[in-house]
Amino acid sequence: MSKFKKKKAVGSQEISTASLPDIVFMLLFFFMVTTTLRETTINVMQKLPGATEVKKLERKSLVSYIYIGKPRQNFQTLYGTEPRIQLNDAFAKIEDIRNYVISEREKVDENERTFLTTSLKVDKDTKMGIIIDVKQELRKASALKINYSSRKVSQIED
Amino acid sequence: MPRRPGGTFNAASTADIAFLLLIFFLVTTTMDVDTGLARKLPPIVQGPEDVSSVIKERNVFVVLVNAKDQLLVEGKPMNIYNLREEAKEFIANPLDKEDLPEKTMKDIPFFGQTAVSKGIISLQNDRGTSYEMYIKVQNELAAAYNELRNELSQRKFGKKYDDLIKEQADAIADIYPQIISEAEPKNIGGK
Repeated sequence: MSKFKKKKAVGSQEISTASLPDIVFMLLFFFMVTTTLRETTINVMQKLPGATEVKKLERKSLVSYIYIGKPRQNFQTLYGTEPRIQLNDAFAKIEDIRNYVISEREKVDENERTFLTTSLKVDKDTKMGIIIDVKQELRKASALKINYSSRKVSQIED
Repeated sequence: MPRRPGGTFNAASTADIAFLLLIFFLVTTTMDVDTGLARKLPPIVQGPEDVSSVIKERNVFVVLVNAKDQLLVEGKPMNIYNLREEAKEFIANPLDKEDLPEKTMKDIPFFGQTAVSKGIISLQNDRGTSYEMYIKVQNELAAAYNELRNELSQRKFGKKYDDLIKEQADAIADIYPQIISEAEPKNIGGK
């Protein structure tokens, strides 16, 4: 019993909170580094279609994106209202896709190249014509793993 | 004013400030999770196509989508909401009907000799089809396969397909192989 009593006597000491800010700052920096603020500004309208059978896209470093949709309002005077392709930050033509895929492939390690996925972020009002062309181009560039980006919904709607 | 003994400044509020910043960053930055339907494109065929393997009519489930987003399944118009059930019946062919795909016996781990359907889903769309419709059709076809796989997995292992270990999942994928063939696009409906 006496042992416990002794401890109580010393118990008035406070826990030092001096390191607490450091811990929290560390957390803060961790989150600042890991969460990605969107790198590319998207110049095309993006309203992704909904699907129920979606899967999560793993390993973001191995994913390259192709955005397709109508140009945003402030680009419409320059690029019109027909759906356009955007690679990185700029509008591109169908023929540019092959070079884009090759340059994306160059960026990753040789033994990881087979895992490269191309994510097609396409506005849901786009017609299939342009997507068919893009897919043909991807086949020519032998980037065969693709992912139709879509939102998770519980049921498909009209 | 007399200085406090020890001369330490009160660090209690720094933690609060840092917490505030932390919460701000947690709220504003989006760890936006990318979801989507994963597919594999067929490699480009060099030279003339191999026509030696002719596929029987009963083994093909033809899904056509026109420029007005209307479905034609096996020659008759269909609502998108019925596509899943229809595809499921085609793939599984539970009553061994004459006009639905043939089956071959295959030796599959965990299951032994199992009848595997030879069915192929052929999807063809117009250049004028909307992307939304295309995704819906793809989604329903994928859902048909996933539901069949889940049902079988529940019956055999009492677990969902996604929760199975790799060998079990592979066995089920062997019984219900997901074969969706996309024909070369046609341009019928104009732009």
